[in-house]
Amino acid sequence: MMSPQVEIQLIAAVTAAACSLVGTFLVLRRMAMMSDAISHSILLGIVVAFLAVGDLASPWLVLGAAVTGVLTVALVETLHRTRLVKEDAAIGLVFPALFSLGVILLARHAGAVHLDTDVVLLGELAFAPFDRFAPGGTDLGPRSLWMAGGVLLLDAAALALFFKELKLATFDAGLAATLGFAPALIHYGLMSLVSVTAVASFDAVGLVLVVALMVGPPAAAHLLTDRLPRLLGLAVLMGAASAVGGYWLARWLDVSIAGAMAATVGFVFLLALLLAPQRGLVAAARRRATQRLEFALAMLAIHVAQHECGPDAGDECRADRVHLHLHWEPDFSEAVLRAAEQRRLLRREDGLVRLDEAGRDLARGALTR
Amino acid sequence: MTQPATHPAPAAPHTGAGLAVAVHDLTVAYRDKPVLWDVDLEVPPGLLLAVVGPNGAGKSTLLKAILGLVPAAAGQVLIHGEPLARARDRIGYVPQRGSVDWDFPTSALDVVTMGTYRRLGWVRRPGRREREAALSALERVGMAALADRQISQLSGGQQQRVFLARALVQDTDVTFMDEPFQGVDAVTERAIVDLLKDLRARGRTVVVVHHDLQTVPDYFDWVMLLNVRRIASGPVAEVFTEENLRLAYGGRVGFLERKADPTPAPGGRDDPATSHFGRIRP
Repeated sequence: MMSPQVEIQLIAAVTAAACSLVGTFLVLRRMAMMSDAISHSILLGIVVAFLAVGDLASPWLVLGAAVTGVLTVALVETLHRTRLVKEDAAIGLVFPALFSLGVILLARHAGAVHLDTDVVLLGELAFAPFDRFAPGGTDLGPRSLWMAGGVLLLDAAALALFFKELKLATFDAGLAATLGFAPALIHYGLMSLVSVTAVASFDAVGLVLVVALMVGPPAAAHLLTDRLPRLLGLAVLMGAASAVGGYWLARWLDVSIAGAMAATVGFVFLLALLLAPQRGLVAAARRRATQRLEFALAMLAIHVAQHECGPDAGDECRADRVHLHLHWEPDFSEAVLRAAEQRRLLRREDGLVRLDEAGRDLARGALTR
Repeated sequence: MTQPATHPAPAAPHTGAGLAVAVHDLTVAYRDKPVLWDVDLEVPPGLLLAVVGPNGAGKSTLLKAILGLVPAAAGQVLIHGEPLARARDRIGYVPQRGSVDWDFPTSALDVVTMGTYRRLGWVRRPGRREREAALSALERVGMAALADRQISQLSGGQQQRVFLARALVQDTDVTFMDEPFQGVDAVTERAIVDLLKDLRARGRTVVVVHHDLQTVPDYFDWVMLLNVRRIASGPVAEVFTEENLRLAYGGRVGFLERKADPTPAPGGRDDPATSHFGRIRP
């Protein structure tokens, strides 16, 4: 028997892991916003299925959601294929229509039940442990955990089985088609998985924030690795870690768990964006600074090499005037000169810059490259 | 159709017997705008065929329509006498380099291994045999040392060679290549030409969308001139004429003035640079 606290964290982590798995392929297919569209419009399917069977625990709700998710994608593509609207606009047209229909139906017919709009939109993880899965009276844990766990297993199994096909269709749909792998089938299969996964994340984060879990961890992981299996693993780890971290953040600040989880996902992405060893902004800035210095050193060496024996050497090679000739700021010029001295590329004598052998080599090398 | 027949009718019309590629009356339209209009093409096996024509002539669309990647409004395609659905094992495709996302998290070797997927079928994963085949294909295009590179870290020419290696692994009777020479370096250009000749020597047929008129006589046996409609197709010596070029390109044929220049012998191995200077883009 687990404590509710542990149960909540488990539900959150498992949900985030499932979202990260399918989200990775959405991000790689440049369909990140489709997760937002699907997660919203499945509300319609859930409400319709609920009104038909009258039971919130019915598997028909999952099926209804999956069908509306696929319908969303099909409608977006149909609208896009008319070439009268662009794809992003098509997404923006289709999912609000389906979503609002769901909201209206919900308000009109399901107002009295537990399926209330706030919970649907934002999730209420804190209540999840109260809803038990107890077939025949034996308590087997919270129903959300079974749901999320089942979906995670389904996602993992489908991805493991069709990893090669998904990779091929994502990277090069044209080749997939010529090799007979039916990219459309793979596409809609993935979209069904996304829909089912969105239903499962429903309890944990609600519909609005599913997109954060599907896009954030894969996008962050993509900054850290350039191998697909590793990317999937990292995305799952980061998603689960953000979920657990978000839970504690919510406890600490006494705020919505869903909000804190999404915020943590955002924070993790920000960390990756700044600190990723190769692609991070800090690494890029450092690389640029290094390149700038190297380039400046080469320019200085070339400039002095060209002029030091000429009649105008007294002006062109004066340490306090080189910046004028190279159109540099005086401070920058001084920094470059100092770096050049440190590397024994040149010396300053009587206010004039004189190249050392290493500096002359650098100039020659740069010119003949 | 009042269009005059510009080619002799085949002995057995529309059976594609004895032909590597037989295309009849192929028409592709985007809404009401025709992109390809009633195109016929017949390619005997063991040839290198260049498809040339001005921008927007429908060259890439022709390949995609033959491969079933864009829907055809009308027409018939036979590969070695069989419809596309039954000829999938026999055709390879090298798309334009720009058609895929090179930031995709994968290595050169992995992309080449994709060429083996057809043989593997659904679900089965590539194993050592597939990886070895991919590696030896990379070797043939001079890329073995870069097998583990993430594909975005390759130069444009190296990326093109990865695509070629993938087609080699597919090892198909007919290969369609979309602008393989587009923006590649001299080493890659040489590698592609050698590869084409190697494929021809093994009796394979290659249809190449090509933009450089200057190199057509050096690199190819047959040529098809296309501008929405087929202008002409056949052996380079017969159909690569001033008149046909004018028909395909309209007035913009600066190439014609250069044609009188002495051109190096085909496959002038000693001087790989000849194909790079004096190149004219129509």
